Amino acid sequence: MYTAEMLESIKKVEATRAQRLGVEPRRMTAEEKEELLKKFHPDYREDGFQEIKVGPNKGEKAPFELGTLLHSNSRILNVPIDLNKVDYDVDVLVIGGGGAGSSAAIEAHAAGANVMMVTKLRIGDANTMMAEGGIQAADKENDSPQRHYLDAFGGGHFAARPELLRRLVMEAPDAIQWLNDLGVMFDKDKDGRMITTHGGGTSRKRMHACKDYSGAEIMRVLRDEVWNRQIPVVDFTAAVELIKDDRGQAAGAVLQNMETGEYKVARAKTVIIATGGAGRLHYQNFPTSNHYGATADGLVMGYRAGAPLLYQDTIQYHPTGAAYPAQIFGALVTEKVRSVGAMLINVDGEAFMHPLETRDVAAASIIRECTERGKGIKTPMGYGVWLDTPLIEMLHGEGTIEKRIPAMLRMFLNYGIDMRKQPILVYPTLHYQNGGLEIGGDGFTKVIPNLLVAGEAVGGIHGRNRLMGNSLLDIIVFGRNAGKAAAARSKEIELGVMNLDHLQKYAEELENAGLHTGSVSPMLLPNYTFSMPR
Amino acid sequence: MQEMANVFFYGKKYSVPADLTIMAAMEYSGYRLVRGCGCRHGFCGACATIYRIKGQNELKTCLACQTQVQDGMYIATLPFFPADKRNYDMEEISPKQRVMMDLYPEIYSCIGCNACTKGCPQSLNVMQYIAYAQRGDFEKCAEESFDCIGCGICTSRCPAGISHPMVGTLARRLTGKYIAPKSEHLKNRVEEIHSGAFDELIEQIMEKPITEMKELYNNRDIEK
Repeated sequence: MYTAEMLESIKKVEATRAQRLGVEPRRMTAEEKEELLKKFHPDYREDGFQEIKVGPNKGEKAPFELGTLLHSNSRILNVPIDLNKVDYDVDVLVIGGGGAGSSAAIEAHAAGANVMMVTKLRIGDANTMMAEGGIQAADKENDSPQRHYLDAFGGGHFAARPELLRRLVMEAPDAIQWLNDLGVMFDKDKDGRMITTHGGGTSRKRMHACKDYSGAEIMRVLRDEVWNRQIPVVDFTAAVELIKDDRGQAAGAVLQNMETGEYKVARAKTVIIATGGAGRLHYQNFPTSNHYGATADGLVMGYRAGAPLLYQDTIQYHPTGAAYPAQIFGALVTEKVRSVGAMLINVDGEAFMHPLETRDVAAASIIRECTERGKGIKTPMGYGVWLDTPLIEMLHGEGTIEKRIPAMLRMFLNYGIDMRKQPILVYPTLHYQNGGLEIGGDGFTKVIPNLLVAGEAVGGIHGRNRLMGNSLLDIIVFGRNAGKAAAARSKEIELGVMNLDHLQKYAEELENAGLHTGSVSPMLLPNYTFSMPR
Repeated sequence: MQEMANVFFYGKKYSVPADLTIMAAMEYSGYRLVRGCGCRHGFCGACATIYRIKGQNELKTCLACQTQVQDGMYIATLPFFPADKRNYDMEEISPKQRVMMDLYPEIYSCIGCNACTKGCPQSLNVMQYIAYAQRGDFEKCAEESFDCIGCGICTSRCPAGISHPMVGTLARRLTGKYIAPKSEHLKNRVEEIHSGAFDELIEQIMEKPITEMKELYNNRDIEK
């Protein structure tokens, strides 16, 4: 299905393949990486950002599209909502139906709390489901939590919050054990040893996987467990704003049925925001690997209620999104493809970088190859570089691709591209929100009592870049923690009188700052109608 | 000139660019999706779809996000299908053949029509994994069903009323929890951490100044 031009370039890739086999390209020095990032990483493009004019992070910058949502009024600013008519009354309200929300709900339920999940689509419609490559944990003899800490801390540019990163790495083996005991099928050898590989920036092979359906397998099991426990899941219902009480505590959320538009009031002693990422905001016009509902709703709701953001200006562009064909533009090509041996190759057949640099460095390097160096391969949507997948089977034998990365094989075969025989075209895709709402080591926000955040909606766990496999890990570790902590806290809470006063207060701030965006937030879903969707 | 295709959503005709997926074509035509759209990349099973090409008899099934439109497609989406999930406690059940008889007895009513397999957008051998479940071979059932995304097309086509994805899920969880070999290294590491073996080491690294951390990071040895 490749164009004649692409086929010409493939010949060059094939011509150098044998001499590249088994030769590891040089890794960049710290200085080279820094220079590369400054010049080519989208986070450094001034025009992709705007200054936040209101709220706790006033004066800091945010991606332009997120800034616009933060500068918009509530969807329910002038909607009469009767808070005395309580439709749901629970100990723990989990907003979000992905891996973090489900883990939280399971643990809260196990702790005896009355817990409810609310999700604007279905449980499992989440980035967790789409995580392919794996989950990190330092559980091999040559590895340790402090080594995991160093890899993640350095990979995140020494900006991670130590108390959060400590929890992430120290509770990682426990998270794997928990998933294993729930029945997640990890890749193991016949003696039970986990089959682990490298991810970009890891110093030990600690990437556990379930083929390349790692997130899907984890999500399927968590969802099944939520169902088995008969935890109420109110689906196709979005949380549109948090409710606070007269003591300033989180006290629930206003919900809206996505199909009928009907509003409902959920009162809760503790609220867990587990709403995930923001890929569908298409920062800097990038395509995204994210699911349909990734619109930063939790960040917007939390911020309006007064919770500060952290690192909202750093975004992860996954280096290898599908660049061709158009039908899968932006879809994730898991890093595991490189973990098992594929190299990044330019139009002339040259391996222009080490395939397992950290994601920010790899993305910037691919962008440089396609722009300044002019060595990208032209596609109908822009440019791409080759990911030389046939190498995988030369290294590990025939059948490896089908066994280890079947989802990738299937995705490209759908469009007549057999990655066992031909390389595939990749270009960075908007993948992950490094920043989010700020929490303390206990999982609670620091300014709104009884409000917790877990998963991709948290900022600070990874710093300014995240390593592969640390996100599936963080949703489990921080999801479980949030569920336990919320259940425990809910036993001590007395709620005061509920109100939505913060919506009006925020509206006044917007008015005073002279902001009129013409839209409301949170966004809930992107609008692709009558356009060429992404 | 962009090549266009005529397609029919729920019987109504629309002209759409021929290189779009069914999902993108619906949006291009003005549908704002709430149901029938999830991950958009073939992993969540939200967008099960049934179609027939005008003039052809065969009814086909697919995922709307992973399938390119064709001229003359009559399309109906299947955003929800009432599958039947049974509840169980993973700590109480065990991987004995009996468990399927107890929880999903209808699998023994399979008439072997293979409509499930023919309908699967992941090209799984669905009828085969149900056969493995029938005879209590959960590991094989788990392996064969592993790439299931739970779209429910198999269930919608089954004359015996089997909820295949639910059966696969049970087999996989039994395999992961009870049948797959235990990971000693994992158990050991969890015990070490719980016993406090790494407490001091992690404190030490957390307390190091950034300059020293940079030095350590830039010079750390990387496993080959």
